[in-house]
Amino acid sequence: MPDLERRFTIRANDFVNAGEVSLEIQSILKHIGFNPALIRRISVCAYESEMNVVMHGGDGEALLKVSPNSVTLVFTDQGKGIKDIELAFKPGYSTANLKHREMGFGAGMGLPNIKESADSIEIHSEEGHGTTLNIGFELEGDFG
Amino acid sequence: MNVRDIQGLFHLDVATGEIGLEREVKGGYCGDLLSDVMANAMEGHIWLTIQSHQNIVAVAVLKEMAAIILVNGRLPDENTKAKAKEEGLPILLSSSTAYQLAGQIYGAGIGKTEV
Repeated sequence: MPDLERRFTIRANDFVNAGEVSLEIQSILKHIGFNPALIRRISVCAYESEMNVVMHGGDGEALLKVSPNSVTLVFTDQGKGIKDIELAFKPGYSTANLKHREMGFGAGMGLPNIKESADSIEIHSEEGHGTTLNIGFELEGDFG
Repeated sequence: MNVRDIQGLFHLDVATGEIGLEREVKGGYCGDLLSDVMANAMEGHIWLTIQSHQNIVAVAVLKEMAAIILVNGRLPDENTKAKAKEEGLPILLSSSTAYQLAGQIYGAGIGKTEV
């Protein structure tokens, strides 16, 4: 299988198109032929990360990398950054505003869901300078 | 049982996504917090919610759910309907509460033997 690399733009506060990047990533992975369980795990991570950029990240981008042994998602944004990363991973903790909460976001489950679904996760964030989230999935006979 | 069976059995209106009515329903989930649904709903589930904005479509499609049922008489936004139609995802409508309808669907045998 050839390596694949695709970049997607994510716009801040664009709730109309929110989720489109994740749907496109899901569609690409289905087209490649990964097994449905792996695609669902990647989709959870893609969606939670995409919504984090939409709600907190300012504008940002997603990078999908597929190589023979792994799938990697990298979300980079220019937003406000995360003050306390350990706290951000605590289930139930959220900085979402009222509008987000009324829409059913801001349950404080985004990063915990990503951690649960991914094989590896690396996060770099500096307050006022944005966040980079690197999410890895190992491939071991995950086709079909 | 498929989505059409549930629609007929409980007299639900179809708001959009008729093309997906033959999908098999393997279980169900109730929730209005999208990340909770992302974490806990499963493939083939029917999702009962009061959220009617278009972001519910992406959640259902990404989790490969069978259909969404809007409860409490909620109606989908126009762009929710358009997006669901595009994705072939049925959105059904019920005037019941999530509690009442989930009880009825569970009583019909959906989700009881879920692994």
